[in-house]
Amino acid sequence: MEFLVALMCGVMVAAAVYLMLARNVLRFLFGLILISNAANLLIFASGGLTPESPPLIEYGMDAPPEGVANALPQALVLTAIVIGFGLFAFALVLVYRAYQTMGTLDSDEMRLAEPEDRA
Amino acid sequence: MSDLLLPLPILIAFATAILAFFFRSGPEGRWISVAGSVAMLIAAAMLLSQVLTDGIQVAQMGTWAAPFGITLVADTLSAVMVVITGITGLAVAVYATADISPEMEESGYHALFQVLIAGVSGAFLTGDLFNLYVWFEVMLIASFGLLVLGGRRVQMDAGIKYVTLNLISTIMFLSGIGLLYGVTGTLNMADLHQKVQAADPGLVTVIATLFLVGFGIKSAVFPLFFWLPAAYHTPAFSVSAVFAGLLTKVGVYAMMRMFTLVFTQDIGWTHGLMLWVAVATMITGVLGAAAQTDFRRILSFHIVSQIGYMVLGLALLTPLALMGAVFYLVHHIIVKANLFLVSGVANRIAGSTEIDHIGGLYRGAPLLAFLFLVPAFSLAGFPPLSGFWAKYVLVKASLDLELWLVAAAALAVGLMTIYSMTKIWGRAFWKPHPGGTVPSLGSLSASERFFLLSPIAGLAILTVVIGLFPEPFVQVATRAAEELLDPSAYVTAVLGAPVTEVAE
Repeated sequence: MEFLVALMCGVMVAAAVYLMLARNVLRFLFGLILISNAANLLIFASGGLTPESPPLIEYGMDAPPEGVANALPQALVLTAIVIGFGLFAFALVLVYRAYQTMGTLDSDEMRLAEPEDRA
Repeated sequence: MSDLLLPLPILIAFATAILAFFFRSGPEGRWISVAGSVAMLIAAAMLLSQVLTDGIQVAQMGTWAAPFGITLVADTLSAVMVVITGITGLAVAVYATADISPEMEESGYHALFQVLIAGVSGAFLTGDLFNLYVWFEVMLIASFGLLVLGGRRVQMDAGIKYVTLNLISTIMFLSGIGLLYGVTGTLNMADLHQKVQAADPGLVTVIATLFLVGFGIKSAVFPLFFWLPAAYHTPAFSVSAVFAGLLTKVGVYAMMRMFTLVFTQDIGWTHGLMLWVAVATMITGVLGAAAQTDFRRILSFHIVSQIGYMVLGLALLTPLALMGAVFYLVHHIIVKANLFLVSGVANRIAGSTEIDHIGGLYRGAPLLAFLFLVPAFSLAGFPPLSGFWAKYVLVKASLDLELWLVAAAALAVGLMTIYSMTKIWGRAFWKPHPGGTVPSLGSLSASERFFLLSPIAGLAILTVVIGLFPEPFVQVATRAAEELLDPSAYVTAVLGAPVTEVAE
């Protein structure tokens, strides 16, 4: 199971890197979203995958039985997803505004902040 | 007491942000921001004095005992960094009252600025790795907003590069956290210090390298610095001053924390790599600056170059070198923020930051020229200013380890820094203005003059004071370095004594 998830992470990262190598900024952004989800999956998997044993505490006990799933990585992933959502919403709006003001999404043509002919 | 005092700087900054947001459409917002910055600086100073008298301060948030809850820790380094954040924050908040246009205030400049300060303070104070990630994000989202505020076309271009590359760094950092949790089962930094010893050293080294790359992008080291000179010269001057002063230094701080407290199992590889990265960073930064003709772009490349010195101090990992790195960190924040503030005034009265298009500042505004000269010489390392001591300590530390090449590089880079500073001096201050006019401070109103120049003067005085009376600052830096090199006090403060009372 871990192996499969690890493989999936790897494939996602590979696809993301491929997208991020594109000159088109929108593709780059899609790659970024993909790789951030690969990172989330990585956290989830590195916490250990324990199917069918939810971390529930029996009534009257103050600790769960041995061998339950670790809930912390999932809490971390949730936090990371929420933060990531905010950041990518911003990034998407930024790319759109950049397209509106500069009229291009080709990163090679985005040379306003660093003009080419500077001695 | 420390339960209240530790989160106080962060809480004040957040409260100020909320208030400033509600009053953003009038002039009240900027005064709320200034008042909040004063309060935050006082809280930070109280925290520092408590750390200096009583040792490391720890607060467990939500009364969850470490290592389960989120811990805030202030050792000497953290407390010093929070104070310096407060100083920079106050200087920039005062400057912003005259620099930021009402339109930008309306879009929430002051609120974003205070959120940025909260994020930076939080990153300095947290003792939990995932919490550090959260503070990084708080800081990052505020900086994104500040960077594109105003919406000029260059800012959009710069924004894209800044945002995307910083997001990559964040993802690296996050993956590192995930893997480290998988290997050790904890996220509390003090607990990590212990658990990492038992983990597979090879795996930990791989994770350490992942962290190094993530923090490396954040702190703009070679070869990961390209976002910085592409972005820092585009936003409003107050914004670029606070970015230049604080943001990359958070990356350096995180590196210092993680690579003294957690990742010390393979110093030959991690710190060896850092050493050459540091040398390459110093040299490329200063060479990049030599090729630029824009006031702020020259300064931006110098940030990169100076980051190299700090990373160098960490890489050498001797008490003297770490002391130098801490001293450099403090010196650099003050000086660099100040130089960006000066560039703002130069732009205001001479009309541009392109040094070929301006001139005559020495004739028309000798006061500004003098205020530029102090931080510029300090940056280059002239005695008796703060930069001299910072550079001297680091060069001496590398000579002590018989790293002749490294010491030579550090000295040569200092020389090249003088070259860039004299270039700005010669072209922007000395030569006559190409338009034939003489820029003068008189073109500003009296209140503008006061609010623009007083933070510059204050920071310049601070540089001179550190330079003339380095003794107390060196003592504090030495203490910070000792705590970094021997984390047992930190670990005990967070987790309690080894045998007794692990949980309350």
